[in-house]
Amino acid sequence: MSALDPIDRRLVVETQAGLPLVAEPYAELGRRLGISADAVMTRLERLAASGAIRRIGVIPNHYALGYRANAMTVWDVDDRAVSELGKLVGGMACVTHCYRRPRRPPLWPYNLFAMVHARDRAEVDGMTVAIGRVLGGHARAHDVLYSTRILKKTGLRLAA
Amino acid sequence: MDAAARARLLNDYQRDFPLTSQPFLQIAAALGTQESQVLEELRGLMVEGVLCRVGAVVRPNSIGASTLAAMAVPPERLETVAAQVSAHAEVNHNYEREHRLNLWFVVTAADRARIDAVLRAIEAETGIAPLDLPLQREYRIDLGFDLS
Repeated sequence: MSALDPIDRRLVVETQAGLPLVAEPYAELGRRLGISADAVMTRLERLAASGAIRRIGVIPNHYALGYRANAMTVWDVDDRAVSELGKLVGGMACVTHCYRRPRRPPLWPYNLFAMVHARDRAEVDGMTVAIGRVLGGHARAHDVLYSTRILKKTGLRLAA
Repeated sequence: MDAAARARLLNDYQRDFPLTSQPFLQIAAALGTQESQVLEELRGLMVEGVLCRVGAVVRPNSIGASTLAAMAVPPERLETVAAQVSAHAEVNHNYEREHRLNLWFVVTAADRARIDAVLRAIEAETGIAPLDLPLQREYRIDLGFDLS
C-alpha cells in the first residue's frame, strides 16, 4: 500500500463526503486544498489505481429506491475454510459486501458477514438459502439481522 | 430529465465517474441533455433522498482505522443509548437491528488507539460493553449496485 501524503488524505475525505455539484468540481476541490484541478484529477487517478479509492460515482440510497429489506447475514464458518468460502460468497451477485470478522463468544459466534439488499424479506430469505448452499456443510450456524432504523449516517470523518 | 435518463444517471455512473474538468458536461452529452440539467437532477435526487451523494467509496482503513461495534441494549433504553453513541463524532453509521445485539455502529478514527478510547468512553457512559468486530478480511470489492 502506497503512503498517502496529507493532501491525499484531505482529498480522500473531501471526495468521500461528496463532490461539489458545480460545473467544475475538481477545480473547486483544488481551491479548497490549494492545488490545481489537474493536480486533483492526477491524484484521484493515482488513488483509484492504488485501490485507496474504490470508485467515484453516484451513490444511490437503496432504501429510497425500493430496496427496503437490508439484511446482514452472518455465518459461523470453519476457520480452515472461511477464506476460500468467503471469496465464493463475495462473488455472488446478491451479496453487496462480504467480510471476515472475529467471533466474540458467547454473544457472537459468527465470523463471516454477507450483506444483502432486497425489495422484501422473502427475497432476502431466498438469498440466505443461496448463500447457505454455497457454504454447504462448513456453516455451523447462521442468523439474519435486519436493520430497522438508521440512527446516524454520515460520511467518513477523521477526528484527531 | 426523463425517467430513462434518470435511471441511467443512477445506474451507469456508480463507478468510473469522468475525471475531466467538466464531468457533468460529459455525462450530459452521453444522456443527450444539458450540463445544467444533470446538475439540477442530481441536486433534486439528493433532496428527495434517492441519492446519498456523488463521491468516492474508500477502501476500509485506507486512511485511519475503523471497526464495527455491536451492543445489546435493553429495548427501553435504546433511544437514550443510541443518542449517546451517535454523539461521538467518530461514529459515522449507527443502525438499529432486530436482534439481542440491537445497536450496530461503525467507529472511524485516525488510529486504533483512538477507536479503543471511543469504545471505552461508550462503555463508561452507557454501562454496556460494545463488542469490537474489526474487519479481518474483505471478500468483495464494492463496485456499485446494479439497479437495472
